[in-house]
Amino acid sequence: MLLNLTGLLTAPFTWLNLLWMFVEVLVMLVIILIYVMAALYGERKILGHIQLRPGPNRTGPGGVLQPVADVIKLLFKEDVIPAEADVAVFKIAPVIAFVPSFMTFAVAPWAPNVLFTDLNVGVLYFTAVTGITTIGIVSGGWSSGSKYPLLGGMRGAAQLISYELPLVMSILGVVLMAGTANMAGIVEAQQKWWFFFPQILGFVAFFISVSAEMNRTPFDLPEGESEIVAGYHTEYSGFRMALWMLGEYTYIFADGLLCATLFFGGWHGPWLPGWLWLLIKAMIFVFLAIWTRGTLPRMRSDTLMVFAWKFLLPLAMANLIITALVKAAIAGWF
Amino acid sequence: MALRTEELTFSLGPQHPSTHGVFRAMVTIDGERVVHVDPVIGYLHRGTEKIAEWKTYPQIIPYTDRMDYLSAMLNNYCHVGAVEKLLGLEIPEHAEYIRIIVMELNRIASHLVWWGTFLLDLGAMSPFLYAFKDRQVILDLLEEISGARLTYSYMRIGGVKRDATQEWLRRVDDFMDEMVKNIQGYNNLVTGNEIFQSRVKNVGVYDEAFAKRWGLSGACLRCTGNSYDVRKSDPYSLYPKFDFEIPTRTSGDVWARYIIRIEEMLQSIRIVKQAIRNLPDGPFMGKAPRNIRPPKGEVYFHIESPRGDMGCYIVSDGSDHPYRWHWRAPEFANLAAFPAITEGVNIADMIAILGAIDIVLGGVDR
Repeated sequence: MLLNLTGLLTAPFTWLNLLWMFVEVLVMLVIILIYVMAALYGERKILGHIQLRPGPNRTGPGGVLQPVADVIKLLFKEDVIPAEADVAVFKIAPVIAFVPSFMTFAVAPWAPNVLFTDLNVGVLYFTAVTGITTIGIVSGGWSSGSKYPLLGGMRGAAQLISYELPLVMSILGVVLMAGTANMAGIVEAQQKWWFFFPQILGFVAFFISVSAEMNRTPFDLPEGESEIVAGYHTEYSGFRMALWMLGEYTYIFADGLLCATLFFGGWHGPWLPGWLWLLIKAMIFVFLAIWTRGTLPRMRSDTLMVFAWKFLLPLAMANLIITALVKAAIAGWF
Repeated sequence: MALRTEELTFSLGPQHPSTHGVFRAMVTIDGERVVHVDPVIGYLHRGTEKIAEWKTYPQIIPYTDRMDYLSAMLNNYCHVGAVEKLLGLEIPEHAEYIRIIVMELNRIASHLVWWGTFLLDLGAMSPFLYAFKDRQVILDLLEEISGARLTYSYMRIGGVKRDATQEWLRRVDDFMDEMVKNIQGYNNLVTGNEIFQSRVKNVGVYDEAFAKRWGLSGACLRCTGNSYDVRKSDPYSLYPKFDFEIPTRTSGDVWARYIIRIEEMLQSIRIVKQAIRNLPDGPFMGKAPRNIRPPKGEVYFHIESPRGDMGCYIVSDGSDHPYRWHWRAPEFANLAAFPAITEGVNIADMIAILGAIDIVLGGVDR
């Protein structure tokens, strides 16, 4: 299904190329929508089993049609816009939050030469684009004209400042080892062994900060249900609500792909085709995210900040320095 | 440079995921810091105390079920015990033992609800379902003996409604062994969790003087080092015959209240097992008069409910219904201290403190 479409952006602009771009985007969208359906079902089923209950089992065989029912329900709901809301911002906020999560897929390397955009600063692009989502969260929280969403939005902003630095720092170790920020290049560099082993410190920092980025337990502060009801999306309903959820689930997948690419050798693996390996690795990450949600309590916002600044950031920096020193030693600079 | 900040007042409840029913608090915050909390109660007020003045003494029993609906057995007993004290009735030992078994079972069930919902407040979903799975076993047992799942009305003035069968006692005994293992499982999952501990340790701290000043009781008092528990301090029923301990802690924080309740469940299991082992033969109903007309006078009878010192005050004018019937709900007194504890904490801690008080609005509002 996936075609070698690399280099389309650098190719001369023709109508045919434009058509191909649309096809690419469509393929991405279809992949993501299929995944989100599967993830919705998977999350409810896995959480159900963790919590000693069967999960959805009435809609379709084994409840597989549950996500369809969920989506139909959301589509048929009234689109409520609060009287106090800043309508323009309120409407655009979920889009601002969702689109970047979709954009990250552009640099996901599925197999050698099978990736949508072969950007030579792919990792940088990924982290930069994901930061935009927080603007959506803050503006969504603010524009609702309600108090709980406001608190949720502010928490989202505070959380971004805390986790973004350790996240980028932990990725830098990998970039240094691979000698490139190109996603495909990083995978190529893991031909012999996964970066997970030499970059174990970086992985710890990465995994925790990436969980914080996904706004999920134990870092689901912006939507901490027991405290601020539903946080920034309290006032949303219908399809706008669906967009928020879509963004959240897409991020788990995107971060799974990033994690697999940076630390677990991307498409490398025996017997199976490369894209399947990447998918399997990403899905293991998605499973981990669901598992965490079923197990851990929520952190407190100030604890999260202290933890991110005083533990994760030094850890990621130490990892970076060690990586740099070892690399220099191997290169024989001492 | 100091930033100019603005205080924000919002309404927490009465429909909020963690106000356990219909509690409402007007919360003023400055950023994430709570400046002032103004509790609003009464959404579940049904005038039970006034209704009781028109009911005969046995008729009041079903009303007590619906106050603190998580510990209906203990509510039943508190009312029945007060009337029996007023009448000077002798209760057969067999009945008293069965009462203790069902009361302690109910205490465990109540603590399980607290444990699950408290962790739900802290953002952990699964413990709630684990707790409810175990609670369901207890509720099934209580349903079998009393006929109802929550509103038991099982106690009678003079005894209990129905005798416990040997089969039932054996099942209770088996489940108590299982429950000990389950509590160990809870500890493995939650109590040792680093995130959980960071959420509850040194949160909502107060000292013994504070607790006494606000009239706190139950785990909210025992977390400050005071070992006041009506079962030991002012013994009622046959509790002096049982060998159990009152868990206390001295740190006075949410963590202490949590640990105390977990340990109380284990102590309740001990009591139930002893009661089943030493259960004497005899009638399950004493010789109570057909028409209950206590002599003129007043009586105060208090017991240890899962939430603290619960009392029933009856003024009798010699007729078949009380002249005045008053209830001391421990959760009401405990909740009163909530604004004082939460001053200056952040929102997440406020929720944890509220959860640790263990309120049941049915009891608060009556």
